[in-house]
Amino acid sequence: MVNLKINNIDIQAKENTTILEAARQNHIDIPTLCNYPDLSIKSECRVCVVEINGQKKLHTSCSTVVKDGMVVKTNSPKVLNSRKTIIELILANHDANCTACPKNYNCELQSLANKLGIDKNRFPTVLDIQPIDNENPVLIRNINRCIKCGRCIDMCKNVQSMGVLDVMGRSKDMKITPAYGKFLTDEFCTYCGQCSSVCPVGAIIENDDTDRVWEALNNPSLHVIVQVAPAVRVSLGEELGMEPGSIVTEKVVAALKYLGFDGVFDTDFTADLTIIEEGNELIERITNGGTLPMMTSCCPGWINFAEQKYPEILDNISSCKSPQQMFGALAKSYYPKKMKLKPDDIFVVSIMPCTAKKYEAQRDEMKIDNVHSDVDVVLTTRELGKMIRQMGINFENIEEVPFDKPFGITTGAAAIFGATGGVMEAALRTVYEVVNKEELTDINFTAVRGTEGIKEAEVEIGGQKIKVAVAHTLENAKTLSEQVKNGTSPYTFIEIMTCPGGCIGGGGQPYGTTKAVRDKRIEAIYQVDENMPIRKSHKNPDIIALYDEYLLKPLGKKSHHLLHTHYSSRKK
Amino acid sequence: MIQQKVISKRFGKVDPLSIDSYIKFDGYNALEKALTMHPTQIIDEIEKSKIRGRGGAGFPAHIKARALANAKQPKYIVCNADEGEPGNFKDRIIMENDPFSILEGMVILAYATGAKKGYIYIRGEYQNAIKIMKMTIQNAIDKGYLGENILNKGFDFNLEIRTGAGSYVVGEEFSMIESIEGKPGRSRVKPPYPTDKGIHDKPTLINNVETFANFPHIILMGGDNYAKIGTPSSTGTKLISLSGNVKNKGLYEVPFGTSIRDVIFKLGDGVSYNRSIKMVQLGGASGPIIPEYMLDMAIDFERFENFDSKTGTGAIIVIDERFDIFDILLINMNFFVHQSCGKCAPCREGHTQIVNLLNKIKNHRGTEQDLMSLENLANVIQQTSLCGLGQTSMTSIISSLRYFRDDYFAKVRY
Amino acid sequence: MKIKEILSKYPKESEYLIEILLEIQSSSKNHYISSEDVEQISKYLDIPESQICSVTSFYTLLSMNPKGRYVIQVCHDVPCFVNDTTSIYEKLVDMLAIEDGETTEDNLFTLEITECLGCCNEAPAMRVNDQVYTSLTPKKVEKIVKDLRGEEK
Repeated sequence: MVNLKINNIDIQAKENTTILEAARQNHIDIPTLCNYPDLSIKSECRVCVVEINGQKKLHTSCSTVVKDGMVVKTNSPKVLNSRKTIIELILANHDANCTACPKNYNCELQSLANKLGIDKNRFPTVLDIQPIDNENPVLIRNINRCIKCGRCIDMCKNVQSMGVLDVMGRSKDMKITPAYGKFLTDEFCTYCGQCSSVCPVGAIIENDDTDRVWEALNNPSLHVIVQVAPAVRVSLGEELGMEPGSIVTEKVVAALKYLGFDGVFDTDFTADLTIIEEGNELIERITNGGTLPMMTSCCPGWINFAEQKYPEILDNISSCKSPQQMFGALAKSYYPKKMKLKPDDIFVVSIMPCTAKKYEAQRDEMKIDNVHSDVDVVLTTRELGKMIRQMGINFENIEEVPFDKPFGITTGAAAIFGATGGVMEAALRTVYEVVNKEELTDINFTAVRGTEGIKEAEVEIGGQKIKVAVAHTLENAKTLSEQVKNGTSPYTFIEIMTCPGGCIGGGGQPYGTTKAVRDKRIEAIYQVDENMPIRKSHKNPDIIALYDEYLLKPLGKKSHHLLHTHYSSRKK
Repeated sequence: MIQQKVISKRFGKVDPLSIDSYIKFDGYNALEKALTMHPTQIIDEIEKSKIRGRGGAGFPAHIKARALANAKQPKYIVCNADEGEPGNFKDRIIMENDPFSILEGMVILAYATGAKKGYIYIRGEYQNAIKIMKMTIQNAIDKGYLGENILNKGFDFNLEIRTGAGSYVVGEEFSMIESIEGKPGRSRVKPPYPTDKGIHDKPTLINNVETFANFPHIILMGGDNYAKIGTPSSTGTKLISLSGNVKNKGLYEVPFGTSIRDVIFKLGDGVSYNRSIKMVQLGGASGPIIPEYMLDMAIDFERFENFDSKTGTGAIIVIDERFDIFDILLINMNFFVHQSCGKCAPCREGHTQIVNLLNKIKNHRGTEQDLMSLENLANVIQQTSLCGLGQTSMTSIISSLRYFRDDYFAKVRY
Repeated sequence: MKIKEILSKYPKESEYLIEILLEIQSSSKNHYISSEDVEQISKYLDIPESQICSVTSFYTLLSMNPKGRYVIQVCHDVPCFVNDTTSIYEKLVDMLAIEDGETTEDNLFTLEITECLGCCNEAPAMRVNDQVYTSLTPKKVEKIVKDLRGEEK
């Protein structure tokens, strides 16, 4: 233990603790800006500087380790003046038109300026206005708001191994952009949106589609329905001020009803459907010598990644559409038939934890009539939060309502799609029982749970032991893809999720997502699973009914048309 | 004689491209001697010599050397020849006139610390020096003074030249390490220091060209004798890059303790056309600007430390009465606007605002409030910047506010 | 030299990126690194193009845009400034009819104001490609430019 004094208070801290950590453990607040939990310590913004006795210069508390006998002042006049000056400097090179920014009231720079009492700037603006990158359907980059903290690069380059964004130029002309200052395109960006989830300001945000949804809701000739992804039920509460990991499944339904949707459905239903199709595809590939290992296909960021970087292994990827798109296809075929509606009158909205889903929804492959997108609009968890706030809904106290029929019953297997390892576990629950024709004694495949980057397990299916693997983040996806490409992969089935922790850590989830927050959401999602009366997809009576009355059989002709797709290389 | 030629004793007397010429003129005697010594003895001699780094900051050389000697393999030695500080040309002249002395110093230090690999990082603008150093390395390898099994003593040291590509900040230790790794030269958080985690996170020692060139002399004359040159706190000689409005611009070697006035008037023969001196900038763009009445100041690390800067490079830029201090300050500050790496906020954003404020004051549009803002901002940049660039760039502003305050008051509106 | 030949001289390690870029650029008549070069380097070193652009845009001696056959860099730091580098720069502007950062229409000259060339003992100084010229006067500059133009004819 190290003994030191911070602001005249005697403090004990563990060896190698930073001053910032030691201060926070003792409820002494030091403001930060570039610092973000789980990411590298950058020490770039210099906002967290403190005064250390005997040292002429100020030191950043985020990077300075405590020493015995250290005397630290976190709020001396010199420190406060420096912080204020630095924030004024940053603001002088920032598009500070706050009310015209989607991050208004959700902006770390704004709160910091407010906290430091900055109500005027001694420095004139030096902002050199640059064009806004808004030519893709998913992410908008407004570098006039960028404060060069580098968090997005950390995410893109280190966590996701993509390196789309990097620092260009230097000094006052320094910018964070793709190579040559290009705009984002589907040639090189997976649209995972992790950059947007860590941006402290409004420099990278998802393309806001809420107006399109309001318009549809107010159009009396449209029948507007909505699907809610598994991960949203453990994160929307957080977006609306509740604790991370709050389970709000039926509050979400109630709020969506209040907003005016004609039908509120659960993507969990098509997650169950995915398990049936994908599970049968796996069995088919194993028994008939198909391409192995089979890799999951529900994550659109991963599909983009594979199409851009690993076209050689596209055959390994399951042909199943993602649960979002299976829902979209049914919503424009089975649903209107059942409800006696015209497909063209149906407007399908998705609430997703994900930004890449916006891209997936508008792909040409995702139009069963070859004209209209099956899913019309995708909103992130954050965008739905915005609509709920706009409507003035008291979310925490809203009376809970169950999902609508005909896709009413779902299982625990579908719920865990939201966490890394969940699709694998759900598939194993079904494949094991279908192939082995015996009931699982323990349905919890704990080996594939948890937040380790790459997880492995061995299962006995049809008398043979198969190895499976689960990866999250593209850095880990790259490792497994290299093996598959080189023919050295020891696995039969691989689950891949782009975002850290899986969909619960998606790029469209509430701001402030950290490892600790993701852990809480994961815990909550397994709780949802535990609470479900049915926990295996093939036991879902509504799924069984759907096959009986419409799809007829897994991998059948109708399934093939509605629920399966193909991929193509986008490698330069 | 006011000059004392130690490092520069061979300048003009040897063929810089000929190792034989170097050997004839005492070359490699120091290495031969060093190889008979125990590595720790060499570092002991360096410690006794009390030599401090010649790159500007003046860090005691033995501390780094001992830290590297105690570090695990692999470890690296780097010669910092990225001389980008305006007003300095000493490293170029050493490279162009006595390149083998640098190599000899590096090999001695490699033997003392156990490093097997080294780099010489030369700024890209020094094409001539790059050519010479490349040839020097090849000649030294051919004659067994570098590479595998040096002088048949079973000790290896390989050297690689790395070329700068146009960046002043790369002269800063960690920026140079990043650049050697093939990245933009943006500094890292300290600690850990380079001798703990440098190139590829391995222990790395970086010394200036002139520091390396001193080592052979320390070995030959012994640390104690070396320490007798100069002053008790600043031992040895210093190469002075004298430039600006003097009659005899050039490189001079003087013992520490020599006064600035003597260098300007006795070596530089005073100001051209016998104009009077308005100001003198020490060290380069990151150094203080002092008035004529301070020229009796001795060239000494202790005195330089008062200025919080890299004054120790030994540049003296003489500026005569015709010039306005604001023009000089603006050149300095525009230099830093251009050279800031952009990584930390105060340096990236601060220099532009400093230039704005200076322009305002220069053009008689500044108020007392602007003067206060300038002083405040200069202090914040100096105290909060991540690396040596922002920590020293304000020295000329801060010193001008101290010694040329009247120039400001003459321009500020009330 | 073809880019593939240059690349093959270097180990496939990103620490050689700057050396590679400098060599490719110096083999280019117009002193720049093209987007095709960047693509090749990216594949060879297995690093993203953004990383290469990041390096290229950081260092002032590297360029992603073509320059004139002769790049004239005039030092404008204090030791040169007090030795009247302004008259040198103005002479060049006058003769070439371009300013800092511009290239003549015939693509022969690019004019740049540069940082200290380390020739303060012979100020004012300028560099034309790798050749340094010192103790300049407007007259000397006139001759240098004329000679360079003559070389082309």
